[in-house]
Amino acid sequence: MLKILYFAGLREATGSGSEELVLPAGVHSVEGLLAHLRARGGAWTEALAVSKRVRAAVNQDMAAGETPVKDGDEVAFFPPVTGG
Amino acid sequence: MTVRIQKEDFDVSREIAALRSGNPQIGAVASFIGVVRDLNDGSTVATMTLEHYPGMTEKAIDKIIVEAKGRWQVYDALVIHRIGTLAPLDQIVLVVVTSAHRGDAFAACEFIMDYLKTQAPFWKKEQTPDGARWVEARASDDKAAERWGSKG
Repeated sequence: MLKILYFAGLREATGSGSEELVLPAGVHSVEGLLAHLRARGGAWTEALAVSKRVRAAVNQDMAAGETPVKDGDEVAFFPPVTGG
Repeated sequence: MTVRIQKEDFDVSREIAALRSGNPQIGAVASFIGVVRDLNDGSTVATMTLEHYPGMTEKAIDKIIVEAKGRWQVYDALVIHRIGTLAPLDQIVLVVVTSAHRGDAFAACEFIMDYLKTQAPFWKKEQTPDGARWVEARASDDKAAERWGSKG
């Protein structure tokens, strides 16, 4: 099982703050998971589009597209950060 | 090192006094205070609301401070970042660094702030006359962090 979190504009656009998901077959990386979520269509396809520069964290560390994702991980998706 | 994420305001002089108390080796204290402006990207800002990623936020800032301590002589560092709804004139963020000398204190303080802007998971939403909008990340913030070179 994966725990997936969404923040800020991404949370609003997808209407989801968090979800639990069985690791989909063939998904081994952040990019793979993003592609899987994008394939849901509608708001998911739009909010997670490549042009949206979606950022990710795996187990609360900033991640890249190729960062591995495995069962039990906490994966977060969010827009570029704007704190400070 | 201390990292606090809080809704409440902070008292700069009290925080600085606490950070350097009892250490006579400190010769320099550098601080940065970020505050809410009433204008951003051409619109007046009535209020802004800060969202963050609990757990990761603290972890990310801890890592930035450890990185700063590896690059410069730093005795201690403090970061306080507020969340929730803030208005123009309110304080948002405080970074304080103590060191033996000013060069290290200035550099480490600026480094922590530059990395916080691009690595710490906070997001601002502004209330403007045209409605609410999420603040867009700035390319200049990426550039500011990049000039320090890659992370070790």
